[in-house]
Amino acid sequence: MNNLLALPVVLPLLGSLLALVWPRRADWAGLGASVAAFVAAGHIGAEVMRNATLELAVGGWAPGLGIALRADGLSASLLLMSTLVALAAGLYATTYFAEAQKRADFWPLWLLMITALHALLLSGDLFNIYVTLELLGLAAVALAALGGSRAALQAAVRYLTVGLLGSLAFLTGVGLIYAGYGTLDMVMLAGRVDAEPATWVALALMTAGLLIKSALFPMHFWLPSAHANAPAPVSAALSALVVKAAFYLVLRLWLDVFDVALSQASAGLLGLLGASAVIWGSWQAYRAERLKLLAAYSTVAQIGYLFLFIPVLLATEPGEARDLLFGALVLFALTHGFSKSAFFLGAGVILHRAGHDRIAELGGTSRALPVTTFVLALAGIALIGLPPSGTFLAKWQLMTSAIAAGQWLWIPVIAIGTLLAGAYVFRVLGHAFGPGEGVGPSLAWARAELPALLLALVATAVLGLGAAQVWTMVVPGSNAEGVSL
Amino acid sequence: MSLSNSLPLLILLSSLLPGLAIFLLREESFRLRTALNLFGASVKLILVGVMIWGVFHEQVYETRWTLAPGLDLVLHADALSVLFVSLSTLLWLVTTVYAIGYLEDSPHRSRFFGFFSLCVTATVGLALAGNLFTFVVFYEFLTLATYPLVAHKGTPEAIRGARIYLAYTLAGGMALLIGAVWLRTLAGPLDFVQGGILGGMDHLDPWTLRWIFLLLIVGLGVKAALVPLHGWLPQAMVAPAPVSALLHAVAVVKAGAFGIVRVVYDVYGVEFAASLGVLALLGAAAAVTIIYGSVKALSQDNLKKRLAYSTVSQVSYIALGTAILGPLATVGGMVHLVHQGVMKITLFFAAGNYAEALGVHRVSEMDGVGRRMPGTTLAFTIGALGMIGIPPVAGFVSKWYLGLGAAESGAALWVLPVLVGSSLLNAAYFLPILYRAWFGQPPAKWPGGHTHAGRWEINQALLWPPLLTAGLALAAGLFAAAPYSPLEWARLIAEREYSL
Amino acid sequence: MLSAEIIYGLTGVGLFTLGLRATLLQASLLARILAINVCGAGVFLMFVSIAYQGLAQMQVPDPVPHALVLTGIVVAVSATALALALGRRLRESKDE
Repeated sequence: MNNLLALPVVLPLLGSLLALVWPRRADWAGLGASVAAFVAAGHIGAEVMRNATLELAVGGWAPGLGIALRADGLSASLLLMSTLVALAAGLYATTYFAEAQKRADFWPLWLLMITALHALLLSGDLFNIYVTLELLGLAAVALAALGGSRAALQAAVRYLTVGLLGSLAFLTGVGLIYAGYGTLDMVMLAGRVDAEPATWVALALMTAGLLIKSALFPMHFWLPSAHANAPAPVSAALSALVVKAAFYLVLRLWLDVFDVALSQASAGLLGLLGASAVIWGSWQAYRAERLKLLAAYSTVAQIGYLFLFIPVLLATEPGEARDLLFGALVLFALTHGFSKSAFFLGAGVILHRAGHDRIAELGGTSRALPVTTFVLALAGIALIGLPPSGTFLAKWQLMTSAIAAGQWLWIPVIAIGTLLAGAYVFRVLGHAFGPGEGVGPSLAWARAELPALLLALVATAVLGLGAAQVWTMVVPGSNAEGVSL
Repeated sequence: MSLSNSLPLLILLSSLLPGLAIFLLREESFRLRTALNLFGASVKLILVGVMIWGVFHEQVYETRWTLAPGLDLVLHADALSVLFVSLSTLLWLVTTVYAIGYLEDSPHRSRFFGFFSLCVTATVGLALAGNLFTFVVFYEFLTLATYPLVAHKGTPEAIRGARIYLAYTLAGGMALLIGAVWLRTLAGPLDFVQGGILGGMDHLDPWTLRWIFLLLIVGLGVKAALVPLHGWLPQAMVAPAPVSALLHAVAVVKAGAFGIVRVVYDVYGVEFAASLGVLALLGAAAAVTIIYGSVKALSQDNLKKRLAYSTVSQVSYIALGTAILGPLATVGGMVHLVHQGVMKITLFFAAGNYAEALGVHRVSEMDGVGRRMPGTTLAFTIGALGMIGIPPVAGFVSKWYLGLGAAESGAALWVLPVLVGSSLLNAAYFLPILYRAWFGQPPAKWPGGHTHAGRWEINQALLWPPLLTAGLALAAGLFAAAPYSPLEWARLIAEREYSL
Repeated sequence: MLSAEIIYGLTGVGLFTLGLRATLLQASLLARILAINVCGAGVFLMFVSIAYQGLAQMQVPDPVPHALVLTGIVVAVSATALALALGRRLRESKDE
């Protein structure tokens, strides 16, 4: 019984209510709640590193009728990332939104989104996941519409429509599962699930809904426009956190709950979709004219990489090798979360200064905004997958496991995706280092740039050099020192 | 943490930390920046000296950091890494002095010197890499650190040249990565072991190993400018002279060649590689590159481009030495790593001086420079003679050993014509320059450049480095038999490689 | 003869399909919002039929799906409200 698990859910919710009731103090409520949630997540992470899994039965009602919150290595590490990214983006938002009214509108929605996200990560019950998924979607749509322009509203409406369809598909699947097995608690389900047609249909429905929400090709079409028109901190959260949450759910369902019902073919299908996402997303990013669109398509590609892990995971026998790959997957997700949010925050700074984010006109950025250029470079390194970022280690591990499992198809996909990413990141950097006054006069550095810098440093330095800690957290009982395979 | 644990890491930090600090400096903090640069370089030199002494006496220096279960970042000092590290360190110090003089009053100096230090950090890390994974990490890091240097001037040509450079090196890095990952899957963690480890593994399919070798060589060959992967090198000449000097003598090109040496000697093992038949492939590629580079150099009027093609040709001597089985050829290849570095950097320093002082960029404009700039031209002459292979400059020593090694191994009698042919071609494209420089009639007015008001022909910071490196080239040749000379060191490496 | 709950269940599926088709094909936002609501109604109907699975054996209907449907209705109402608000904003922005 661990009440700690309720905190990451309750604290942002309280903050949201406070921000709603006292709009003048919205910033304080918001940042306070974010910091508190971060501290709670830190504690949870430390506990998980020691004990493997934490559990809380809400209200004291045992699972079956009651709802359980659970934190294992995967959810604890994602939780930690979310709180940190949310804190940084929230800090940035206080400078991004100049008018107090905008901030008063922003904070309650933002904190609601955070509440939903944390509840989703900690949920142990399928229907609870549905509710949190919906709440997350609604909050994200509202935030995306904050831009106010007609394009932003249209993008938000499309996101909402598509998202609702996805949720309904998911809900249908949940219903079928309940009909078949009589329980919605994930741990209990894992024990009862069988490989039969009803299960396959339910899993297919749920996965389809989640694929829409995680913007996997070809269901990615809502993402670029939603991103391009949303305010920068919102884009950061969308790319780094919201789509990641949907992917997390796919992982949970496929690896923990329904693993007996899976086949290599279905996993291969996910892998093919992921591969298409990598190539298509990277290519579109290369051709993008605007910085935020580039980042949005880059997210499509990176989500594709995450899905590439799944068929390789399933083809690897359970044991040390699979644990190693799983840790790499988490490392990739974490690094992307930090680097993409850093990239969006950096793009936001540029957008603010220059009034536009057209890549071809970014000349002189390195002189005008050296810190932001550095942030873009660091984040870009993590997006390409060059050392010392965490992505490099994760890709190394993915390729090793893919070769070991005989799944050679993914190697050229990864190679092409990486090279295209190199092309589009260095295209941006090339313009930024070039001559021109496109971005306006110099600014030594600003408070607005600091959150992005911290996020970028985590992605490229901390997660790169300290990666061994990720494995310690995610793989129960693993000792990262001196293990050789 | 004892000295044996921390020395490799300290050597790395001695350029990383000053580099990071320099980024934060304001453009005007000239003295502080110079102080940081020289301090870092001197500290590094001292530490490397300690390492040289230690490795000679079979002391083990290793730093290990676990990045993931089963994946270690290893910095390990053996005789081969010491050879490359000392070359890098010494030439970094010299190039720093040169760069300070060359970039006087240029914009963005903090940025330049910051990346410069990162570049050296990457090179040193690569040299000290103790397993293939660490090598790949620093290899990619080197790409990152050198890109901004190539693009430094910010002109459209510079950006374009840098983009071509990036395309080649990223693609090469990918090939290297795939090869390394594949090998890891088959053979486990790949710590470098003198004599190679793959020879002892009987369960590995020879054809798979051949394909992996091809991937690795393609990946390394991009940086080492093996034909047909050399296309980036002439394009990268848009960089400022100190960058070209560093790239061609020390960092990028040597990194590729060094990687090839490591793969053949410490991963595959030279005898095993020969038995697989892959050495023949490497030798052929090297030979083609040697001749092709020299032929292309003949037709270049732009001085830096001519030197670029000369580099393409000369670095492949190292690959050639590696490809021939036998200790003498090994010695020739290894020692050329050092000799070519010292000689080529001299030539590039001189080219930079001609451009800076006289606005001379082309060979056709070089008539009579010897009279106007005798010191620089003397250095250039020594370097050029060494390239051709005329004693007592160091280049002769390396070619001599390569020739001996080829003759000894018998199966490589085709090497001698390549060596002789390329020396003739070298003479064909260097001797005319020397003739023009010393005996040509200077024009009435030089094309441009900044005339230096002072007793010396050019700013002292630009004059002494080429004279120093030319002197080193001469010394390496004259005193080749002395202890601690590059030749003796190469002999030590060969001894340790073949006796296992 | 099919039992009652199966008929309701199939009706739910039918509603879902009709709603899905309308969502994808209709042009006006209001029509699409209504169509999504129809989808939702279909899903809820399926849930209720699950609750009555043991009707023939005179079993008590299962309360859990009822609770789920109630929650789902609340979620659907909130989503519809958001959609309508966005739609109105869009209409206003077009008139500007």
